Formats: sequence, C-alpha cells, structure tokens
Amino acid sequence: MKHTLSVLVENKPGVLTRVAGLFARRGFNIDSLVVGRSEDPRLSRMTITIDGAEHPIDQVTKQLHKLINVVKIRELDAESMVARELALIRVSAEGAKRTEALQIAEIFKAKVVDVDRRTMTLEITAAPDRLAAFESLLQPLGVNEVVRTGLVAIGRGRS
Amino acid sequence: MTPQTKIKGSEAIVRALQEEGCDVIFGYPGGVVIPFYDALYHSDLKHVLVRHEQGAAHAAEGYARATGKVGVCVATSGPGATNLVTGIADAYLDSIPIVAITGQVKSDLIGTDAFQEADTTGITLPIVKHSYLVQNASDLAQIIHEAFHIAGTGRPGPVLIDIPVTCALAEFVYKTASAVDLPGYKPTMRGHSKQIKVAARAIHESPRPVLYVGGGVISSGATQEVCDLATSLNIPVTTTLMAMGAFPGTHPLSLGMLGMHGTAYANWAVHECDLLIAVGARFDDRVTGKLSTFAPQAKVLHIDIDPAEIGKNVEPRIPIVGDAKMVLHEILAEVATMEAAPERTAEWLERVDDWRSQHALHYEEDDGELPPQYVVEQIYKVTGGDAIITTDVGQNQMWAAQYFKYTQPRQFISSGGLGTMGFGLPAAIGAQIGRPDKQVIDIGGDGSFQMTMQELGTAVAYNVPIVVALLNNRFLGMVRQWQELFWEGHYSHTDIAVQPDFAKIADAYGALGITVTAKDEVADALRTAIKDPRPAVIDFRVRREENVYPMVPAGTSITEMIGGQAGRRKKP
Repeated sequence: MKHTLSVLVENKPGVLTRVAGLFARRGFNIDSLVVGRSEDPRLSRMTITIDGAEHPIDQVTKQLHKLINVVKIRELDAESMVARELALIRVSAEGAKRTEALQIAEIFKAKVVDVDRRTMTLEITAAPDRLAAFESLLQPLGVNEVVRTGLVAIGRGRS
Repeated sequence: MTPQTKIKGSEAIVRALQEEGCDVIFGYPGGVVIPFYDALYHSDLKHVLVRHEQGAAHAAEGYARATGKVGVCVATSGPGATNLVTGIADAYLDSIPIVAITGQVKSDLIGTDAFQEADTTGITLPIVKHSYLVQNASDLAQIIHEAFHIAGTGRPGPVLIDIPVTCALAEFVYKTASAVDLPGYKPTMRGHSKQIKVAARAIHESPRPVLYVGGGVISSGATQEVCDLATSLNIPVTTTLMAMGAFPGTHPLSLGMLGMHGTAYANWAVHECDLLIAVGARFDDRVTGKLSTFAPQAKVLHIDIDPAEIGKNVEPRIPIVGDAKMVLHEILAEVATMEAAPERTAEWLERVDDWRSQHALHYEEDDGELPPQYVVEQIYKVTGGDAIITTDVGQNQMWAAQYFKYTQPRQFISSGGLGTMGFGLPAAIGAQIGRPDKQVIDIGGDGSFQMTMQELGTAVAYNVPIVVALLNNRFLGMVRQWQELFWEGHYSHTDIAVQPDFAKIADAYGALGITVTAKDEVADALRTAIKDPRPAVIDFRVRREENVYPMVPAGTSITEMIGGQAGRRKKP
C-alpha cells in the first residue's frame, strides 16, 4: 500500500539532504519525493510517497519528526486528498499513429506540447491511476520517453 | 566596549560559548581554526589540548557524561573533523549532549577540493542530532545558542557546527542570542495523563513486575523517582549498561545488568515477569537477545522521550512519551492515591532472590593467575565504591559493569551503543576535569588502550590525576572469546602478545607506571596509584583466556545463557 506524506519543512540549505539521508539510512524506499515552496516563504512542502507495506509508516513519520527542520507531517489517504502528477510523454507518431495518439490525448485531456515528423510529446496532469491508464494506452504506439514529476498532494478542504 | 564595537567571528564564538556557561573545551588547532585559537589566546575560556581529535570528542563526552552538562570539542577542517567522527557517532548512539565545532575552508573555496577540505556536515549527517554549516558570521551566537539547546534537551545528542574561516574572520556587532525558536523541535515532556493512570494501575496490580531502566533515566535525572517507585511497590530493578548506577547496585532490589552479559537472575526475572516497566531504554539487541522470545509473559510499559523508540523494536501495551522524571513523578503521585499493597510482589521477590543466590556472578580464583574480575572487585573495595569508572570496550567493559557496584548516576561512563575501543582514557580525562572532586579510574583493555594511549600526554600536561587500570590479557579478548566459543578456537588476529611495556610508556610520559602480576599486589598498586598526584597506569597482567560469563550468544533467547547456571566457565 502506498502512503502519501505531506511534510512541511523549514526552507533552509541541506534540508532535502537530511530527509533523503534519513530515508536511505533507515532503509525506507522513496517512491517519489517532490519539494517546492509553500504558502509561507520560510517553509517548503514535500510530498513523499512510500510503500508502506515494506516499512512501518509509523516509524517513518516518527523518524522524520526527529529532524529539527521538519515542522509538520500529515499523512494523506485517498479519501482525504487531491493528488496529481504531471507527465511528459514522447510517443512515436508517424502516419496513422498520429491520429491515434491525438485521440487518446483528447480522451485524457492531455495537451500536445511538441511535435515533429516522427514523434509527438504529450503533457498530462492526472491522478496516478489515470496517468497509468494513459501511459498503457500509449504503449502500443511506441513510448520513447517518459518524464514524471512525482506526486503532489493536498488535503481536501473541510466541509 | 560600546554596543557598536565590532568583534571578529572567532571572538563571537568564544563569547557565545561562555554565555552558554561552557567552562572548558577540548580541542586541537589547525589552519582554519587559527583565528579561533587566537581568540582563545585572549580569553579565559579553558581549553584542553588533546593529542588526537578523537580524544577531544571522547573527552567532551566524558565531561558531559560525568557532569550532565554539554561537552564541547573543537577541531580544524578536513582530517581534524574526520578524526572527530568516531566520537560524534559515539555520542549519537548513547544520546550524549556534545557540541562539536569544526573549522571549514573559506566560503568561496567550499566545493573546490581545497586543502584540508572535507564535507563535514555531509559526513556527519547520519550521526548528529542536528548540524549547521554557518553562512553568516552574525548568526554565530544564535547558532551556538540553538546548538546547546538541541544537544542538551529532549533526547540529548551531538550537534555539529561547521564554521568557514571566512565567518571566523568577519567583523560585526555582536548580539547576544535571543530565545530559541525552533518550530520543528518541541520535545514532549509531560506524559499523557490518561496513559499515566493506566500505567499506575498496571504497576499497582502487577504481581511480577520488573523495572528495566536505561540511560534515559540518567539524562533525565530520574534516579530518585526510579528508586521511589521500586521501593514503594517492591519492584526489582535491572539496568542496562548505560544505566549502571541509576539504581544502587547495592540495593536488595537491584538485579544488576541484563542482556548479553547481564546477570542470570536479571535475565530470568525479565523472562518471567508479567509487567516490564521500561524507562528510558530502547530494547537494544544486546539487551533483548532474540526479540520473539523476549519477556514472553510481560505486558510492556514503555516510557521514553523519543516517540520513535516506542514500538521500534518491541510494541508496548502502554506507551508513554515524555521525560522520565516527569512521567515517573506523576505515576508515583497516582500510585500514592491507591491502596498500598507492598506484599503483592512478595512471592515474586522470593523467586528472584532464589535465582540470585543460585546464579550469582562467579569466577575461578584458584589457579594462581590474576583474574581480571578480582582486579575490578579490588578497585571497588579500595575506592569504597566511590570512584567514577570509565571503560574501554570488550571484556574489560563487561567485567567493570559486573563486578563494581555502582550506586550513583554518572558514576559509570562507557561507550554502550557504538562500542568504541579507545574510549576509556580520553573519557576519563574529560570526566576528571568535569568532576575534580572524584577519583576517576579507567578500567581499560590492552587492545583499546593502544588506540588512544597518546592521551596520556594530555593527562600529564594538565595534571589530570586519573588512574588507568589495564586488564591486560594480551588478547583482543572479547573477539577471542567469540572465536573460542563459536569459531572453533580459531584465534584469527586476536593475539596481541607483542606489545610495549605499558608501565614504561607511562613513565616515558611522566606518569606513574606499575606492573602487577599477582593478586596480593593489586590493592597496594591501586592505593599507590590513587595517592600519587600524577596520572597513573597500572598494567594488570591478568589470566589470558578468561571469559565473560554469563553469556547469551547473539541472536538467541536471553534465557539461553552460557555459563549462566553457575555463572562460571565450564571446564573443557
């Protein structure tokens, strides 16, 4: 089972190294880690995805909390979060493949961001399962390159 | 000095250290810390010049362990900093508050592989509680203030401050640090009140409780509370290596140490108890042996200030995050409201006493050779049990833990988690400087001693009247013991019979050196060494192939003790 942690950290040099180093030495595998500025310029927010079946999530968050620069940790689950990932995918798009690629892109509301005689690059922002479906539909056309940002997630507003 | 007078960064470091109440630092100069040493030259802050930076780190630890204050060590960039690494790791594993200050190359040279450049914050990242690479000289006072705060509060630990020489040379108007504001660091001190009630009830109701006390009790200063809880409810107490002295070893409720080389009765008591009250302890593998068979009948109550320790190795039934002293204080208050029933554990104590009398620690005395355990017993007798003992690592350390009855916290100073050979001598120097009122004795080994024995120079230079009692078996004894027991007696590279005459080494340094080969010379040699104002080394030529018993082989259950029945070595 995948776990998503939203971690608020102080925006100071070396913080990413501390977090990444902690994961490495405690034997926790990171699926993805995205970091960027938060609403407060003194703080950055990390979205970390890990496989919780392998590692007790409890131990991961407790160890993270021990880092002085970690201010707040929130574990997000599917119901309580909106999660998105952006991917850029270059597919072969020669002849008839081009139309097919465009059709798939249309269904998934992906954008064409680059095109040449042989290939087409599509941009998609979606939840992870949708992104996986998109990628697998493109597979038969020939996927040349995939670039993904990793997951960013935000807690849902309280109603 | 007017408020607008500018001072150098190096002077700011000294001033900030003094504002933290630091009265001594242990260090070694080098290129990029010359500005700092120049500031020291003009200050009254005491500096102890060691002979190797590792000695500075261990001395700072010894000082911190003996006094409870934050220890400080200083080294230059590159090799100076890397030489500190072992001591920093040692402090990290044992949760000892030290601040390590390292010089760094000029800011604009960082990352260029400059002379004596090493990525010190990078190298030490996994072994510090926190670290700083100073960017602005004007932040120095605030950073030092934060470093002391982080090192000494919560679960203590080492904090490193890496200071580029650029910052040490910069001039600015000094501003005393303001209150610490660390949004991500707020240790939980008070235990959850509901959990405290649950804990008090469990303790009050348990017919077979055991208190399992760790180093956290010493860092928290909770020894009186432990004693009150144990005596008011008649609970036997076992301590980890880190907690020797947290509960008086002379007390009838004391079980001594548990674990791999713990007493048989402590291990039996843990195995048979129905409530294990763990306070400031972390269920280390040297304590638990095989985890799945550890304390199989016990409900576990775990009190620790570090939430990450709760459930790390053993899932407790009653977890309490908080400071040991505060939590125990509240549990005691809660217990006081309950009906007193000290006889509840009477039957249990009888069983424990049976184990104690049947499985007392024991060693062979009759073959004419000098038993190392006898030396430790004599140190106990000659000092009246009042000395501060530091140890090296290995057999000497285990015998020092087994055969000296510690009655005070901070009386036993040893490298527990990291198991650092060479710890004893520099730690003794730091401890003696921190506690000039006490006699400090390093119970060392001949292997360990040779790793840091150059610090004899430090002890002589500063008239630090420590006694080094070497249990010299001319083996790397603990490894040899494992080779004997588990590796078919293949003594691969553990025989170090070729060695210097340690008494002559001491003499050459200007210390007192004594060689002892017979039992009847032990006490006199100790008295002479203690009386002599110089540092002293006593080379006790002990029985070579003596083993530490009882022993729980690694990875087995703590009831599977070798030599546990009689606590004596089986004759082959």
